[in-house]
Amino acid sequence: MAKNQPVGGQAPIVQRIRIRYAKRGPLRFTSHRDFARAFERALRRAAAPIAFSQGFTPHPKISYASAAPTGVGSEAEYLEIGLQAEVDPEQLRVALDAALSPGLDVLEAVVAGPGSLADRIDASRWRLELPSVGPAEAEAAVKAFRELDEVLVERMTKQGRRSFDARQAVTLIAVTEQSAGPSEADGAPCAIIDLVVRQVTPAVRPDDVLSGLRVAAGLEPPVPPRVTRLAQGTLTAQGEIADPLDADRASALPG
Amino acid sequence: MSVRSVFPQLEQLLPRVSKPIQYVGGELGAVVKDWDATTVRWALMYPDAYEVGLPNQGVQILYEVLNEQDDVLAERTYAVWPDLEALMKENGVPAFTVDAHRPVKAFDVLGLSFATELGYTNMLSALDLAGIPMDSADRGDDDPIVLAGGHASFNPEPIADFIDAAVLGDGEEAVLEITGIIREWKAEGRPGGRDELLLRLARTESIYVPRFYDVDYLPDGRIQRVVPNRPDVPFRVAKRTTMDLDAWPYPKKPLVPLAETVHERYAVEIFRGCTRGCRFCQAGMITRPVRERSITTVGQMVKEGLEFSGFNEVGLLSLSSADHSEIGDMCSGLAEQYADTNVSLSLPSTRVDAFNIDLAQELSRNGRRTGLTFAPEGGSERIRKVINKMVTEEDLIRTVVTAYSNGWRQVKLYFMCGLPTETDEDVLQIGRMAHEVIKAGRIAAGTKDIRCTVSIGGFVPKPHTPFQWAPMERPEVIDARLQMLKQEINSDRGLGRAIGYRYHDGEPSLIEGLLSRGDRRVGAVIRRAWEKGGRFDGWSEHFSYARWVEACAEVLPGFGVDLDWYTTRERQHSEVLPWDHLDSGLDKDWLWQDWQDSMSEFEQDDCRWTPCFDCGVCPSMDTEIQIGPTGKKLLPLTPVNSLRISA
Repeated sequence: MAKNQPVGGQAPIVQRIRIRYAKRGPLRFTSHRDFARAFERALRRAAAPIAFSQGFTPHPKISYASAAPTGVGSEAEYLEIGLQAEVDPEQLRVALDAALSPGLDVLEAVVAGPGSLADRIDASRWRLELPSVGPAEAEAAVKAFRELDEVLVERMTKQGRRSFDARQAVTLIAVTEQSAGPSEADGAPCAIIDLVVRQVTPAVRPDDVLSGLRVAAGLEPPVPPRVTRLAQGTLTAQGEIADPLDADRASALPG
Repeated sequence: MSVRSVFPQLEQLLPRVSKPIQYVGGELGAVVKDWDATTVRWALMYPDAYEVGLPNQGVQILYEVLNEQDDVLAERTYAVWPDLEALMKENGVPAFTVDAHRPVKAFDVLGLSFATELGYTNMLSALDLAGIPMDSADRGDDDPIVLAGGHASFNPEPIADFIDAAVLGDGEEAVLEITGIIREWKAEGRPGGRDELLLRLARTESIYVPRFYDVDYLPDGRIQRVVPNRPDVPFRVAKRTTMDLDAWPYPKKPLVPLAETVHERYAVEIFRGCTRGCRFCQAGMITRPVRERSITTVGQMVKEGLEFSGFNEVGLLSLSSADHSEIGDMCSGLAEQYADTNVSLSLPSTRVDAFNIDLAQELSRNGRRTGLTFAPEGGSERIRKVINKMVTEEDLIRTVVTAYSNGWRQVKLYFMCGLPTETDEDVLQIGRMAHEVIKAGRIAAGTKDIRCTVSIGGFVPKPHTPFQWAPMERPEVIDARLQMLKQEINSDRGLGRAIGYRYHDGEPSLIEGLLSRGDRRVGAVIRRAWEKGGRFDGWSEHFSYARWVEACAEVLPGFGVDLDWYTTRERQHSEVLPWDHLDSGLDKDWLWQDWQDSMSEFEQDDCRWTPCFDCGVCPSMDTEIQIGPTGKKLLPLTPVNSLRISA
């Protein structure tokens, strides 16, 4: 933590920890910048021995894997931190979780093995809840979307409005049988879509797929759909998503 | 009767608004209690955007003081931006608190903290969204008591129609006393309804209930008198003063937001009150006497506040922080304590002397030197005597040169424009002073690479100050002077290049002046401006001068007065001022004498170091100056960098 280090700089990184965290409930409206500030405060509250970058304005060593958009819940956000002293990952997890507001929950922490975290993430699984949309209506839209080879959608980007294909990156889209969330209590229907999307450029986000459903089948949910990222990782040959921390756990095993 | 969260409805609107995080709560330090387990419930509102309102010390202190009571629940609400306001109206979502998203209308009290009068229109938006009748007279037993506090409540007359009550002065004890009165009244089965409750509040003699006072006017528009319209309320309502700040070490658990806000730091008030006697400064006049928090309490608060919050910045706040009797030991002690951490300490620098630089140097000894701020306030020595800001030009140059020679490269200077008796010459001298600062600074620093920023605010005469009688300058005169000053600064290109220039136009100040010194008739102007879309008047992108001028033109002729009458007109000694029945402790004759002294450029000393000059506050409020030194130090030091996690 020392600021006035001798020339040559900050204490070296002796341990890297990879963390999975969730953005839940109302706190899914936390933007990535908001989370990053809160996480730095949490490191200080937990007195974690975070390492700093060199230079006149040292920054804590934190790197994030692709963050879910603001307003989208997530059970599978990842980051990696560099520490200047070794810690027990579970103790660190508990301390960081306690230091963050409920709803920003630290779920797992493992010591990083060889290889980069980013190389182990190339797809995400999402859950789309569409309140006031019946399963049959959703099913028809999903079917129409699936049958097309290309679905052009538009989105505002920093470069202005651009048009791109939202279909190719989607490896799975299906209406699930799963029972719906709280809105079922008041009798309103709520279709749920299971979605797997590969990481591509430009990124295809869940709202782009929702735009795609509108383009393909005119599906326009009357209330904003609720989106949650369920998993991130490598897409296997079977179309499943492999847990990116599995490799780290394996390398941590003795022998 | 339990109360349901409006979050399910709100949630559907949030994806459609900017920065939704500001509406969801979830801050560290936030408290959510079981509604049914409490008896008295407060909604505390800072009537500006969340990013400005969340860091507000007053709201944070009262929130914590109230929530420490077992049977009391306090939640917070802030002004919602127009995008969400429109969606809430369209979808029938009522005004809510951010803590548990309960409807504001369900609370017993809606307490508003007015740091500035420019929040008045936001109060009307909040009442409208909450479904609370805008007029106090139309409210029923199910509506909250709408209570105003903050500095603007020292003249709440312009909002008298909209509020039920106002508290002048410090809130820590007042909120507990009000809670007690409501608790008792509820326990008795709410005898006499709302009227009886307001009467009980008024009988404390320190809670102002406007409806119990009538205002009579003279044919020329001035006030004839303000008198109680019932026998059992006091003629004058007195301000509150919290003595012994060590007994009130709040905030202990500061609110730490997820959203980005204007200040991300742990702020500790090192003293309250100021007797420097700057004649324009309402805060200094209405918060007397000076009450210091001891060095040891400050040290303890900083330690616990940082541990709780995870902030890495500390602000040692007050109206003139370098005046704390133990500021030197406090700064060096804290600097020592946090030497090996990334914690940065800051002092809002306003006093123009070398001592301030010593302190700043102490606080930044292992960190970066960002900038230093000084506030000479007036450009000429003459005008500084008028406003009682005792700084000579030599003092200023010497101080700034010391800063540059100690390694600072950037100095900020604050001034005001539109001060009483001000001439073009007084303002032009700001430019010449800035030139001298750069010239002397370049020599001292041995480099041309130094900067100075000149920042100009508009003077607004405020109630309970010696300038409460002063005429305001017209906006076009202010704007012309500001342009002249710009030319003066750039008249020497070599020097002008090193000088930054920031200023505000004269128009918003004139409206702030109307709202500051207005009477009950100004309420109709506020209502009309709000109806015409007035919101967020403190934000230049939302403020519309034309809207306020139109509202004045539509409403005020009916009363035989106009905007100029309230702003650019000089008041006489005999005039009954709208706030005369509200007692800040300041003797009106003393204020008048100080106003006369100002005209003859006579300076007034500080009563901390010279004998009492009878401003009237201590005897009438039964208070006293509470200052050190205590002689205590921040030692022994506890290392703050010990790891709480180990392998």
